[in-house]
Amino acid sequence: MAFIPHTQADVAAMVDAIGVARIEDLFDEIPQGLRIKSLAGVPTALNEMEIGRLMGARARADGAPLSFIGAGAYEHHIPAAVWGITTRGEFYSAYTPYQAEASQGTLQMIYEFQTMIARLTGMEVANASMYDGASATAEAALMAVRANRKSKAARILVPATVHPHYRRVAVTTASNQGLKFEELPYCTAEGITPSASLARYEGQDITALMVQQPNFFGRLEDVDALTDWARARAILVIAIVNPTSLALLKPPGEWGARGADIAVGEGQPLGVPLSSGGPYLGFMTARMEHVRQLPGRIVGRTLDVAGREGFTLTLQAREQHIRRAKATSNICTNQGLAVTAATIYMSLMGPQGLTRTAAAAHARTRELIAALTRVPGVRLAFPGPYFHEAVLTLDRPVAPVLKSLSNRGILGGLDLSGYFPELGNALLVCATETKTAADVERYRAQLTEAMQAARAA
Amino acid sequence: MPQREQLIFEYSRAGRGASDQWPHEADPAALADLPAALRRAAPPQLPEVGELEAVRHFTRLSQLNFSIDTHFYPLGSCTMKYNPKACNQYAMLPEFLARHPLAPESSGQGLLACLYELQEMLKAVSGMEGVALSPMAGAHGEFAGVAMIRAYHRARGDLKRNEIIVPEAAHGTNPATATMCGCVVREIPIEPEGDVDVAALEAAVGPNTAGIMLTNPSTLGLFERRIEEVARIVHEAGGLLYYDGANLNAILGKVRPGDMGFDVIHMNLHKTFSTPHGGGGPGAGAVGVGARLVPFLPVPLVGREGERYRWLTEADLPQSIGRLSAFMGNTGVLLRAYIYMRLLGREGMQSVGEYATLNANYLMARLRAAGFDVPYPRRRAGHEFIVTLKRQARELNVTAMDFAKRLLDYGFHAPTTYFPLLVPECLLIEPTETESKDVLDAFVSAMSQIQKEAEQEPARVTTAPHTMPVRRLDDVRAARQLDLTWKPTPP
Repeated sequence: MAFIPHTQADVAAMVDAIGVARIEDLFDEIPQGLRIKSLAGVPTALNEMEIGRLMGARARADGAPLSFIGAGAYEHHIPAAVWGITTRGEFYSAYTPYQAEASQGTLQMIYEFQTMIARLTGMEVANASMYDGASATAEAALMAVRANRKSKAARILVPATVHPHYRRVAVTTASNQGLKFEELPYCTAEGITPSASLARYEGQDITALMVQQPNFFGRLEDVDALTDWARARAILVIAIVNPTSLALLKPPGEWGARGADIAVGEGQPLGVPLSSGGPYLGFMTARMEHVRQLPGRIVGRTLDVAGREGFTLTLQAREQHIRRAKATSNICTNQGLAVTAATIYMSLMGPQGLTRTAAAAHARTRELIAALTRVPGVRLAFPGPYFHEAVLTLDRPVAPVLKSLSNRGILGGLDLSGYFPELGNALLVCATETKTAADVERYRAQLTEAMQAARAA
Repeated sequence: MPQREQLIFEYSRAGRGASDQWPHEADPAALADLPAALRRAAPPQLPEVGELEAVRHFTRLSQLNFSIDTHFYPLGSCTMKYNPKACNQYAMLPEFLARHPLAPESSGQGLLACLYELQEMLKAVSGMEGVALSPMAGAHGEFAGVAMIRAYHRARGDLKRNEIIVPEAAHGTNPATATMCGCVVREIPIEPEGDVDVAALEAAVGPNTAGIMLTNPSTLGLFERRIEEVARIVHEAGGLLYYDGANLNAILGKVRPGDMGFDVIHMNLHKTFSTPHGGGGPGAGAVGVGARLVPFLPVPLVGREGERYRWLTEADLPQSIGRLSAFMGNTGVLLRAYIYMRLLGREGMQSVGEYATLNANYLMARLRAAGFDVPYPRRRAGHEFIVTLKRQARELNVTAMDFAKRLLDYGFHAPTTYFPLLVPECLLIEPTETESKDVLDAFVSAMSQIQKEAEQEPARVTTAPHTMPVRRLDDVRAARQLDLTWKPTPP
């Protein structure tokens, strides 16, 4: 039971070696009044066969609907090799590489990950990952306050087009340290952040400007103009990017004349399953001048005493186990397994595969938009370029339509009315390379019926 | 152990690739609407390798690691116990993996039932009134806990309380967390026998006290015997008690933090509930709270209405400290913890605390008998204990780090070294309940053998390891001549 290998003879020999009569005696320092007799409230044990039956039934209950939801988590093809290798015990059941000599596999893999992420984002340095895209965004705000020594205000401009959950996580994470997040309005006709909205901050002390590309609506922001405006005023630029999109879109390191200062994002599209929200990985990159302000683990290559190359955790003087209350963050892990998966995924995709994936996802979304906007009462909310995700406007409330679609086995997208009520009956939809032309046609046909049903009701 | 493996970039050849994995090429016209000014000039320089090359490369890299599946891994404070294979297999059923985080609750009742029951089981083992699952690591749970303490005081209009008390032996994350929550840290000393210095605590508390962060058993592996007195002092001063659950494995099924007087706790599911450590993560740091803090729990939670489960969000908990992750934390890790807890059941969970404690006390007794020094010889070990090699360092010039490195040659992952900071030349050893007596005996033999080497041919120990893919690495060089990304050598 409980994966405990002891025989009765073992136990007898062990308590004897300790010098007690029985195991219970080892707890004699705990005040008697605090001791509990049993764990009522926890069910009795299941064996592996029984748990398999239970979990199988629960998984089947959740079903396998056809999903067109994106909004920060994207369904992509994951090569079998990715998790086949990631779940090998030597990766799965190792820990943080504190003993570098016995952890070269994990360390070298992270170094390769850092290199790939830096190349993908066009940035100079990457860390070993944060918890997810939202927490990486929050840590980027905290980092910007440390890195921008010219600014005293701890004010961060955040476009309303940044993922609403990311904005909330940033507030939860950073507001206790006095950071102020100020929302930049977006153009409700265009779905992007107009550079003109920055004019009112002219001459003020601003620490950093966040820019998400593609933004939450899938629309492409004018990243060059936004970056140039900020950098000309000693305001740091925090880019939030989708890694798949970077196969096609200009990487943050090349935004404007001088590039972003910090770039973060959700690494889930790189070989990590949707899995109801996690575990994912947040990637985090910066220009080299800010490397000592990065939070989290960083792996470096160095030499051993015999002059051979090897890998080790480095710049640990930033971290909590050394700096305690003065650390850059309290984080002491990364998302190791998800990083392993992402590194293998990027290796298998390579430049060509990732470019094809991005292009196929975008092409499929264009077909989806073309098909759905033929349905009476459905139109595209924003003109102008988008990448693999877009907002539709319906002529009636979205929720009943989505419910009706869900009953037909289709998850039709994300209802935006709770997040952006000013957009009316707005629906965020996404397709990736995993969807076929037949899937798109099925959605179109079912939406037509669902809209008619909603009209009748 | 294989000796080394070249970098994936060194395998790369222009034009090669795992093309079976790629989608068909899209019609270039589909990209015409992406403005040229926003396009990337050249494709990203990712490696160009075949599938078999990649598989071999990453398999070989895995073989350069020590892991629980391959080695005894007694890393103190990390609870490196066996990660049952079933937990991984059943958490990775295709329906669970494919489910989108924003999919409707109607297509997630199976998942939500698991998460709801996990919340309930964690309440039962911790003695708490409410549990939130979204924190994604122990440190993240700490953050949530201290943020709730702050929110609680603020909601009562008690705005002065911004001091967090921590014992000097605390995990580094405790003071770092307090700072992240905008608090000031006050360290208090501990007594010679390892308990919190109660007089110092009484002097430290006051109208500015937000709370105290404690690990029990402490980072020294010792149960805090005066915990009820500590709780009374802090509560009477108006502060709250935070339980760092790093060492919960020691007392699982024996005593509950809620009963000791703690108001808030984080539980490292990757320790006590055996989800994988994954080379550094992902973990999960669920938080539990007493009744006073329930309204401040981070969202989302899972609620039950009749036979249906649903997410509870900001609308249900208007005083919540808010959201900590984009969606629902490390859901897949939570599923693994759920499966583990169901496999153990209440009987198994009581055995965990018992056998983890048995193994630690046995190993401590054996090492003492073999001549090693422990700093607290009159105390019971919790699930872990400290050996100090101060004497060996002084007399033989062989340090705790040297012993740690030499252990690798003997096929054992090293214990935690040089933590806690207040015991010189320390090894913090946590065997966990899933190791057999045979393994513990072999570890004692290795330690004795290394001691003999230290006496007879110390260089063998001080230059260890000798059998790993690399020897000791130059950390100073790593930090001064930063090499954080690979660049091709110019021809």
